[in-house]
Amino acid sequence: MPQRQLTGTRIRERRLRAGLRQAELAGRVGISSSYLNLIEHNKRRIGGKVLIAIAQELDVEPAQLTEGAEAALIATLREARATHTGAGAETEQAEELAGRFPGWAEVLARSHRRVATLERTVETLTDRLTHDPHLAAALHEVLSTVTSIRSTAAILADTREIEPEWRDRFQRNMNEDAARLADRVQALVTFLDREGESTEAAAPQEELDTWLADLGWHLPALEADTPEAADALREQADALSSAPARAQARAWLDRYADEAAQLPGGALQRWCADNAPDPGKVARAFGVSLPVAMRRLASLPADGPTGALGMVSCDASGTLTFRKPVDGFTVPRFGSACPLWPLFSALSQPMVPLRTVVEQPGRDTVRYLCYAVALPQGEVEFGVPPVLEAHMLIVPRPPGAERDGPARAVGASCRICPRTDCGARREPSILADGF
Amino acid sequence: MGKHVLVIEDEPNIIEAISFILSRDGWQVDTHSNGGDAMDTVLSKRPDLVILDVMLPGRSGYDILTDLRNHHETAALPVLMLTARGQNKDRDMAERLGANRFMTKPFSNADVLDAVRDLVPQ
Repeated sequence: MPQRQLTGTRIRERRLRAGLRQAELAGRVGISSSYLNLIEHNKRRIGGKVLIAIAQELDVEPAQLTEGAEAALIATLREARATHTGAGAETEQAEELAGRFPGWAEVLARSHRRVATLERTVETLTDRLTHDPHLAAALHEVLSTVTSIRSTAAILADTREIEPEWRDRFQRNMNEDAARLADRVQALVTFLDREGESTEAAAPQEELDTWLADLGWHLPALEADTPEAADALREQADALSSAPARAQARAWLDRYADEAAQLPGGALQRWCADNAPDPGKVARAFGVSLPVAMRRLASLPADGPTGALGMVSCDASGTLTFRKPVDGFTVPRFGSACPLWPLFSALSQPMVPLRTVVEQPGRDTVRYLCYAVALPQGEVEFGVPPVLEAHMLIVPRPPGAERDGPARAVGASCRICPRTDCGARREPSILADGF
Repeated sequence: MGKHVLVIEDEPNIIEAISFILSRDGWQVDTHSNGGDAMDTVLSKRPDLVILDVMLPGRSGYDILTDLRNHHETAALPVLMLTARGQNKDRDMAERLGANRFMTKPFSNADVLDAVRDLVPQ
């Protein structure tokens, strides 16, 4: 049943909640009981004066009776039904359930969302237990040490006549193994505690981002001609735990050094002392490409003339390939970002530079000026469709920058975005219940 | 002189314990702790049985087992695999590659002795 046709069901709910009999309400609004009965069973459309009068008597806004607030609820109920197709729930009854029993429908919807969240957590943890090489190695070490202790203890317990030197040797082995076991179990517990902070598997990109964040994204060793410091930095990169993260870090450092040679940090800082950090103007002034200008601006030290700037890049699939967050502008660590970011608008308008003021919901709403552009990756060839890559520089605006005009309301990602009236929402927010 | 067992395992105290119990049972025991050159050691020592750990530095026990089965001198050599992973897929993998027996850590000394005696009757 279409949602707008549930107006009668909502009127009936509200009337019963108000403790009114059908005849009583009908009399107050000047219609017959039988007509109200038809309305309440959704057999007569209602609008105009009668609707306003009934809403007034029931002390609600007319829109609450005609539109309801259960669109998201109905969508979740349908999802729940699709998950349990064998349970026999009737698809067409979802709206009626939401309309007639909103409280119970909400309980069902919340349970469905909770189950989905828990299933995701279980999947991630199972995947980790099965495939995490660190965990597998740690467990192997623990089991090997336990095996050694068990075998040695059995020898000492079961061998009636054992030479003193062998006995001493096995006792020493057991003592060593016990100490090793304690260390290994401790290391394992520490690992699990650390990993338990998040149920998401640590991706190479995340490991790289964490390392760069620790370095502050500004690398003086690569800005100046100091080969020893640059080598030390590369050794640090080689100490990252996963091979893909090490490879990405190496490539990142090489690109940083190359771009620092194209556009030296000192010259850029001096230029920024007199100019706003507009990547288009930087690109023209220094003869570099827009992505280089953006990355160089994003790599400037936070205590310099520009302050800290953020930057994100994505490939043509929308996957973030570069994430440098800036205070107040949240960049999701996992999953997809907000589709309203100018970064993604740029993907649909290749080669068109976009300049957009945005604001994210937060404790203190701050505005950001975003410069975004999508360009082909690598060289362009005739007859070969270009693969696009988009970049966005994020410049915090000072308080009182309303002269920028209205700001585009964006979020970080749907999961943690409290905006309820967003047309771009693809999944419910975990902040919806009580934040 | 008893029959000859080669233990390929990288945990020194496990090597020592297995060597002790097998020696006491009358077996001649050699040991090796690296996967990379384990095949050369097998060919030079010519044991009657190999006790082979799965996780070894240099080369995995599964790779070594594959080489053993592909070499005409060792294709029928009895192999007892040891592993800390007791999942069915690991057992299946060992069987598919031609292991004669598969034991999960932590095992008991008696189980190891029984398996060795069973695989190579004295």
